Amino acid sequence: MKILVTLKRVVDYNVRVRVKSDGSGVETDGVKMSINPFDEIALEEALRIKERGEAEEVIVASIGGDEVQQQLRTGLAMGADRAIQVSADGDVQPLTAARTFLKLVEKEEPGIVFLGKQAIDDDANQTGQMLAALWDRPQATFASRVELADGKATVAREVDAGLETIEVDLPAVLTSDLRLNEPRFVKLPEIMKAKRKPLDTLSLEELDVERAGGIEAVSYEPPPKRGGGKKVESVDELVSELKAKGLL
Amino acid sequence: MSRILIIAEHDGETLSAATAKTLTGARDMGIDDIDVAVFAVDPSGVAEQAAKLEGVTRVLTIGHADFEHFLAARLAPEIKALAGDPGSGSGAGYSHILMPSTTYGKDVLPRAAALIGVNQVSDIQEVIDERTFKRPIYASNAVVTVKVADDQPVVATIRTASFAAAGEGGSAEIESRESQAEDPGHTRFVSVEGGEGEGPDLATASVVVSGGRAMGSSEGFDIIYSLAKKLNAAVGASRAAVDAGYVPNELQVGQTGKIIAPELYFAIGISGAIQHLTGIKDAGTIVAINKDPEAPIFEVADLGLVGDLFELVPELEGKL
Repeated sequence: MKILVTLKRVVDYNVRVRVKSDGSGVETDGVKMSINPFDEIALEEALRIKERGEAEEVIVASIGGDEVQQQLRTGLAMGADRAIQVSADGDVQPLTAARTFLKLVEKEEPGIVFLGKQAIDDDANQTGQMLAALWDRPQATFASRVELADGKATVAREVDAGLETIEVDLPAVLTSDLRLNEPRFVKLPEIMKAKRKPLDTLSLEELDVERAGGIEAVSYEPPPKRGGGKKVESVDELVSELKAKGLL
Repeated sequence: MSRILIIAEHDGETLSAATAKTLTGARDMGIDDIDVAVFAVDPSGVAEQAAKLEGVTRVLTIGHADFEHFLAARLAPEIKALAGDPGSGSGAGYSHILMPSTTYGKDVLPRAAALIGVNQVSDIQEVIDERTFKRPIYASNAVVTVKVADDQPVVATIRTASFAAAGEGGSAEIESRESQAEDPGHTRFVSVEGGEGEGPDLATASVVVSGGRAMGSSEGFDIIYSLAKKLNAAVGASRAAVDAGYVPNELQVGQTGKIIAPELYFAIGISGAIQHLTGIKDAGTIVAINKDPEAPIFEVADLGLVGDLFELVPELEGKL
């Protein structure tokens, strides 16, 4: 079985992003970029599945300009076998991404496509579900435990009510939640080795992907600021402040 | 013609508050025709509750044994069929299909959106007009205003922390509809383990007391539970406290946990990483208790108290 893992290049999660002063977007020039943390978790899980002998090959894929090759190389250094870049300019909305990954699914016929549950830039949380819909296969989203046996995956999902377990027939789309695992660190020799691993480049046009837009960003703004707070000196003062606000 | 379809969230017996909040978001769009669909084994009880909400035009009930558990693969084609063709002009199609951005809505609706062939607007926090919305991006460090093209339906989830629940006072008609899709057979519910059922629900509580890594142990959390009980508050936690195993993960508040908007939020022993602040930005009043005066939580706290939480929290409880 092959596992396809999708990696999105995003602003590193430690960076405090700033909205451009003209409201045209978020400042990304000269900002540290990384693999979306949820995608890293998805890749880690795929690698563990392979290391248990339950998959033969792990393929990483990303959509974007040549800069996404950095993240693909990092994925290869973590242990993926090969990488696919689908080159695309501009804004790639989730449905376009899902249509693109469907083309890769048709080419590669993976048993599992593993995505992060959401990208920490657009916070959309859509692509995995959309791919599963277009592929007409099961989805197990927000996974925090995955067990494979007899062509099925048993997946514990983090839902509002607690932990839900579902069973899905493979092939299926899984999306990772934060607690699925702790991704490994990349070691220097692996980075050197990763440079020799195959990285193929395709394009949206070659794959004949129809772009899906329909949602236009009009403007960006910083979040509303909370009013300046104050420090109190004692529990008594805290209680009287809360009473004055009518909260106690 | 603009018509809204809301897919109700419920546990089989009770309509969720998240659905009533989604209704408020829908009403903000200025569209009068709002239907609520209830998929359930026996939808009658939940349908009656939905019919009473102010602003609902019609409640559509779709009863089927398959709907005991909400599996996206089963529900998404059902929603697509119910939503109809927005371009048909026959009045059968909905221009807007909405769900709350709970884990249920996040799981189900993008699958339906893809079948319909459109992108989804995730997590609407403010409605500008019926096609223009504000939503948070970058862990709520930015807000983007988006506009949905006129020629496609608006498929969107509503950020429940940003809208008040719609009140009662309506008397919508209830219509029964047939299930139109079939069980694809490839996805099966196994089980669900809930958290502790005590106290108010974290997502909707008006007061929340959260603890962080500084609680030190699950026993250390006892003072959090005790204070919460005194305040009739829900208990929350930071990711660090969950990862350390002090509390179960459904208590996590933040970008990857729950996004909440209580009237009063206590952040105790929580430093205030941006991922945590995402979850509480809309809280009415934030109180921080922390021994580190430089902790980022004090930048957002309305009231801050610096000191040893193991002394201050019991003292606070004693003075309530």
